[in-house]
Amino acid sequence: MQIYRAHALVCRGTGCSSHKAEEIFNELERQLQDKKLTNEVKVVTAGCLGLCKSGPNLVIYPEGAIYSGLQVEDVEEIVTEHLLKGRIVKRLLFGDTEADAGIKSLDDVGFFKRQKRIALRNCGVINPESIDEYLAFDGYKALTKVLTEMEPAEVIDVLKKSQLRGRGGAGFPTGTKWEFAAKAESKQKYVCCNADEGDPGAFMDRSILEGDPHSLVEAMAIAGYAVGADKGFIYIRAEYPIAVKRLRLAIEQAKEYGLLGENILNTGFNFDLEIRLGAGAFVCGEETALLTSIEGKRGEPRPRPPFPAVKGLWGQPTLLNNVETYANVPPIILNGPDWFTQIGTERSKGTKVFAVGGNINNTGLVEIPMGTTLREVIYEIGGGIPNGKEFKAAQTGGPSGGCIPASHIDTPIDYDTLVELGAMMGSGGLIIMDEDTCMVDIARFFLEFTVDESCGKCPPCRIGTKRMLEILSRITEGRGEEGDIEKLETLAKNIKAAALCGLGQTAPNPVLSTLRYFRDEYEAHVRDKKCPAGACKSLLDYVIDAEICKSCGICAKNCPVDAIEGEKKKGPFVIIQEKCIKCGTCVEKCPFDAISAS
Amino acid sequence: MSSTCSCSKEFVDEREERLTEVIEKYRGVRGALIPVLHEAQEIYGYLPFHVQKRISEEMQIPMGEIYGVITFYTQFSLEPKGEYQIQVCLGTACYVKGANLILEKFKEKLGIDVGGCTEDGKFSLQACRCVGACGLAPVVMINEDVYGGLKPSEVEKILKKYQ
Repeated sequence: MQIYRAHALVCRGTGCSSHKAEEIFNELERQLQDKKLTNEVKVVTAGCLGLCKSGPNLVIYPEGAIYSGLQVEDVEEIVTEHLLKGRIVKRLLFGDTEADAGIKSLDDVGFFKRQKRIALRNCGVINPESIDEYLAFDGYKALTKVLTEMEPAEVIDVLKKSQLRGRGGAGFPTGTKWEFAAKAESKQKYVCCNADEGDPGAFMDRSILEGDPHSLVEAMAIAGYAVGADKGFIYIRAEYPIAVKRLRLAIEQAKEYGLLGENILNTGFNFDLEIRLGAGAFVCGEETALLTSIEGKRGEPRPRPPFPAVKGLWGQPTLLNNVETYANVPPIILNGPDWFTQIGTERSKGTKVFAVGGNINNTGLVEIPMGTTLREVIYEIGGGIPNGKEFKAAQTGGPSGGCIPASHIDTPIDYDTLVELGAMMGSGGLIIMDEDTCMVDIARFFLEFTVDESCGKCPPCRIGTKRMLEILSRITEGRGEEGDIEKLETLAKNIKAAALCGLGQTAPNPVLSTLRYFRDEYEAHVRDKKCPAGACKSLLDYVIDAEICKSCGICAKNCPVDAIEGEKKKGPFVIIQEKCIKCGTCVEKCPFDAISAS
Repeated sequence: MSSTCSCSKEFVDEREERLTEVIEKYRGVRGALIPVLHEAQEIYGYLPFHVQKRISEEMQIPMGEIYGVITFYTQFSLEPKGEYQIQVCLGTACYVKGANLILEKFKEKLGIDVGGCTEDGKFSLQACRCVGACGLAPVVMINEDVYGGLKPSEVEKILKKYQ
């Protein structure tokens, strides 16, 4: 094996790929050839580091220098200065490394310091398309241990002791789930993976699939052994082409190495994996709907019980976990349950990966120990709110979740505290919202999503969410009526009680949660016809600032309804509020930024 | 089953052959309807009636069930799509960053609504739910190209690239 003196890891996840990571990669190889460094420096395709906003990212080892926001032209400088002469190019380093004169390792950068990467342990560190690199990082060691040293019941026992809970949303104890599936009697059982990450604003699973696909393959084989299944399915979104490709490759490689297929490691254990693509239906993230979809049908949920562990895919006992849950399994097997229970809080052990997005400086992916506070996530890891704005609320759990208001910013995040606050862990989307975000509008946004994605099987969800959306729409459009808020509450209660599946039952959550903390905003919309955050267009008044206006007339010329009056060069123009349709064209066209909405 | 006109016979046959290969590949595989529809749509760009009929006959699945599956999943289309498929992400992160304004701009510039296709068949417009690139919000995908951190004022410039 050839030894290199330096490794250059180019992130090729979806975020960086769209930032032209491929061009950076090619240019890097070309420059290294030019400078005859190809025998000394190795260029590696890596998975997501989580710094999606500042992509494309390049990390050079052994220094651990993170270069971000690169242009193709910067590559030559990095090669000549850093790789040839050993001088780090400071101006191109990632944000908070810049201030410091010395170079820090990855773990010392603010963004990473508070993180603990278990599920993401290999993301951005190894080449996801190479099984050898995974093997070098203890890959398939847990599977080997399980197959050669442990009984299936022992594996389940380790998981139960680790107190790992499902990372897909509800947080059901994983070991118990495995035990149910193991105890179910049948000749044929299945192990499935939910990689249909449908929550808007969540991309944790995508990064694991793209950055470390073998960890999923390994964990599913372990699960197969533990519950007595020889066949597995991974149900993955078709919207994730890079993830699908790398997963396919990982399965092929594992088969080649005898780590998947017949008689794995000569132990007589057989396990095969198949990939099934989703086709864009949010409801397929619900477990019974997902299994129905793998069967090739409309992905509609069915009542539980029977639970999939008893009667799942094609009526057979089926174990179903999500990607992040599986990714935690190999390290738990290798390091033991006690190691895992040291991390986290009393009832939520380990870490959780969050996709942090919205109004925050470092958008991207973070993995933090359970019990980390929202304040730490936003200000220490996330770098705070852009443009000096105030933090208003964080939304977790997507369309099934709720929001955490600024007053609870110091609550430690775990499964139970989030439920107490009226939100939920969900799959890990964490959307940060600043003072300009209208909470009524956000609730309306989620209901619009639910109405769109309701599968239509049960009336409480199909009709109830539609009625809620109608009410929310009229409130945000300034047509809210006295009593609307109470109607929303009644509908919410009934839908929660009567909907068939988890998605329907949780659909009213965004409304209930915003009502709990921001009822005054709802009231302002309904009674005063005002949007305190200034986000609901129909409730805004567009005004021209007479002092800034140069009376050029561009606004009046562009107004589609002739609502702006005035004469060129003869004093400021004025918007006639009765005529204004609040399209915002004038704001966009004004060359002097004299028009604003309030 | 060759209901083709003579002028483009070879072209149509090639697609039909590929469809036959797909159906053969999945023969005997359980729950194969969705993968077959995926690959058929890749071949034809959408799922025309005669393709559904072929699949129904070969796979012994009633037409009603096939239609039910196609209309359930948003990725399957009964109509041809534009040469360039514009997908404006309306996931939460994008929404918070003003994705709806971007969508409005596309509608205005193209003169079509969501789900529509321009008359020349060049552009079709869709609103989609999270492409998982939340770090780049607001995000638009045009075929395989991803545009992140967009402002409404940049829409026109982007469209020009494809005209």
